[in-house]
Amino acid sequence: MDMFDQLFSLLGASIRMATPLIFAAMAGIYSERSGIVDIGLEGKMLFGAFAAAVVSFETGNPFFGLLGGIAICILLSLMHGFASVKMRGDQVISGLAVNFLASGLTVTLGHAWYSQGGLTPALTNAQRFTGITLPGAEWLGENIPVIGPLYEQVISGHNILVYVAFGVVALTYWVLFNTRFGLRLRATGEEPNAVDSAGISVAWVRYRAVIIAGVLCGFAGTYLSIAQNAAFQREMTSGRGYIALAAVIFGKWHPRGALAACLLFGFLQALETRVQNVEIPMIGELPSQLFSAIPYIITVVLLAGFIGKAIAPKAVGVPYVKER
Amino acid sequence: MSQLAAVESPRWVRIGLIPLLQLVLALAVSSLVVLMIGEDPIRAFKIMIHGAISTEFGGLSNTLYYATNFIFTGLAVAVAFHAGLFNIGGEGQAYVAGLAVALVCLTLDSTLNVWFIAPLVVIGCAAFGALWGVIPGYLQAKRGSHIVVTTIMFNFIATALMSYALVVWISPLGGNSTDSRYWASDAVIPKVHELAPSLGFEASFSLLSPVLLVALACCALVWILIWRTRLGFAIRTVGSNPNAATYAGINANRVIIITMAISGALAGMMAFNEAYAAQGRLILNFTSGFGFMGIAVALMGRNHPFGIVLAALLFGALYQGGTELQFEIPSISPQMVLVIQGLVVFFTGALDRLIREPVEAVFQRRAIANANAAVAGGN
Repeated sequence: MDMFDQLFSLLGASIRMATPLIFAAMAGIYSERSGIVDIGLEGKMLFGAFAAAVVSFETGNPFFGLLGGIAICILLSLMHGFASVKMRGDQVISGLAVNFLASGLTVTLGHAWYSQGGLTPALTNAQRFTGITLPGAEWLGENIPVIGPLYEQVISGHNILVYVAFGVVALTYWVLFNTRFGLRLRATGEEPNAVDSAGISVAWVRYRAVIIAGVLCGFAGTYLSIAQNAAFQREMTSGRGYIALAAVIFGKWHPRGALAACLLFGFLQALETRVQNVEIPMIGELPSQLFSAIPYIITVVLLAGFIGKAIAPKAVGVPYVKER
Repeated sequence: MSQLAAVESPRWVRIGLIPLLQLVLALAVSSLVVLMIGEDPIRAFKIMIHGAISTEFGGLSNTLYYATNFIFTGLAVAVAFHAGLFNIGGEGQAYVAGLAVALVCLTLDSTLNVWFIAPLVVIGCAAFGALWGVIPGYLQAKRGSHIVVTTIMFNFIATALMSYALVVWISPLGGNSTDSRYWASDAVIPKVHELAPSLGFEASFSLLSPVLLVALACCALVWILIWRTRLGFAIRTVGSNPNAATYAGINANRVIIITMAISGALAGMMAFNEAYAAQGRLILNFTSGFGFMGIAVALMGRNHPFGIVLAALLFGALYQGGTELQFEIPSISPQMVLVIQGLVVFFTGALDRLIREPVEAVFQRRAIANANAAVAGGN
């Protein structure tokens, strides 16, 4: 049973690690499917995490924290949208600017407000999203072998945002492939000319896409600072926005594929902390750095077309100019 | 309207006035942030300027030291930009080049002196940086993967690789758990304050070293490369129109690969200044965002070596001034520089049109009015 225990706790941790990646990857899918490159996932997540921690600390209510995180991320998204849609600027540069601004502003404001070197004060459990025990988890865990503990440790016990993340994937799938908005969104990312000639505003579709991306980044950031952790720390996203971007590419801009990629990358992150100083028979001790590099390496390999082919939405990164 | 577009606004407007206005806008928004914190922006900027140019505490020399790093990374971004490539990987390229510094210094610093070591380190840095740049270049040219995404991924791969190299190979040879030992002092380029007495002047402690001259030489070389050589012409042609380049018989893929090698080598040179000359050892995360700063420097300097020197000086001053600022106004974090960096990238890069279009329109209208007046006068 000990082996199952270890496996289940590893899987549970994988899901917790994957959650912020899932939110951010879905954000990336909305944005990129509409034709807007989103390098700024990292920065939005970081600022969202900061805002959520600050608002939750000041109001004592994690739901207000979530709203604060979402609001800031929408602002950053609109900034990116204005530069990309209205000003027809370079979307990569705009995204980078968002990232620089977020890493500078979060530390600057945090330092000025709380003078703890950019950290926000530690949050109490009432100011956080804490784990929920699903009905019957304890009883099943004790009385039914294997499936019981699986339910108790892998499926139950996460905070509400984890469950929301999986709901968002299903919702994203439905919106993209079963609604009129989703069809228009996808068309805008492929053939904006066709969308325009059908009398639909390309700009408005793209603005809505980046706003949705902002909302989802707000969830991702909030999860990091007030669900997974109990305070905002400097650079706490530590590349998760880029990993999410990698997951979008790895999942070929499809919610199902991106979810699988996020779970894989989450699993690798959970594994990373567990394999330190562990001798594996035949191989020896694996460097933990290898695990942190794997998502990036396989994305490079995938993009280079060595395993399958990742094809981006055709109009991604190209500003739309209405033809006269 | 077509008449407007045909007339170009004067050169000083395009490369002087417009970047200046964009900078002013970025600084104005930064001032709002300072106001929000509850401090006086005018006073903050005064302290920063004083801290950046004072010679008493080595302020000016440290400004120049930071500028040395930014010139290298700025040139790296600019060379790639000329070929239409956005190299975000300067950070990783410089980081990996740090490995070359360690390899050369750890094996040879007890046997060779600075005159032999320094050229080897330069070659090593350029080679390792070029390698880390050329792989994304190759993947873009031959396999069609996007350079932006690949270089981002390579930054993170570099981080993992370097932290492994430092912890497992380099730090056990002496030094703390995450840095190398110091290179032997005979093997390192002396800093300006160490050289000063023998040259007949006094200078207070700073990290500035003669590597600045190497950086300026690189500026001259890049200028010659881009505007005075066949390869430079090919690079600019590929950058402005890859299809036309192909019709003109230029092998665009080859140009992309070579450009990324040059770009990576320039970024790698940052390690020559930072890990070899300034710090005198290899430290975890020694690049500390200087590679990304190259993007702001190249945008601000309009991809021209002269503009890059000016922009590097500006950001060097902001960095040095920012470190002074925290002593005078403790509530302002030195990370404030990142805010300014972000805003400069935003206004000079992404929001370029916001300032450019109205300003250029004014000058174009004036030029047309003058031309019409001249025609009328001629009749």
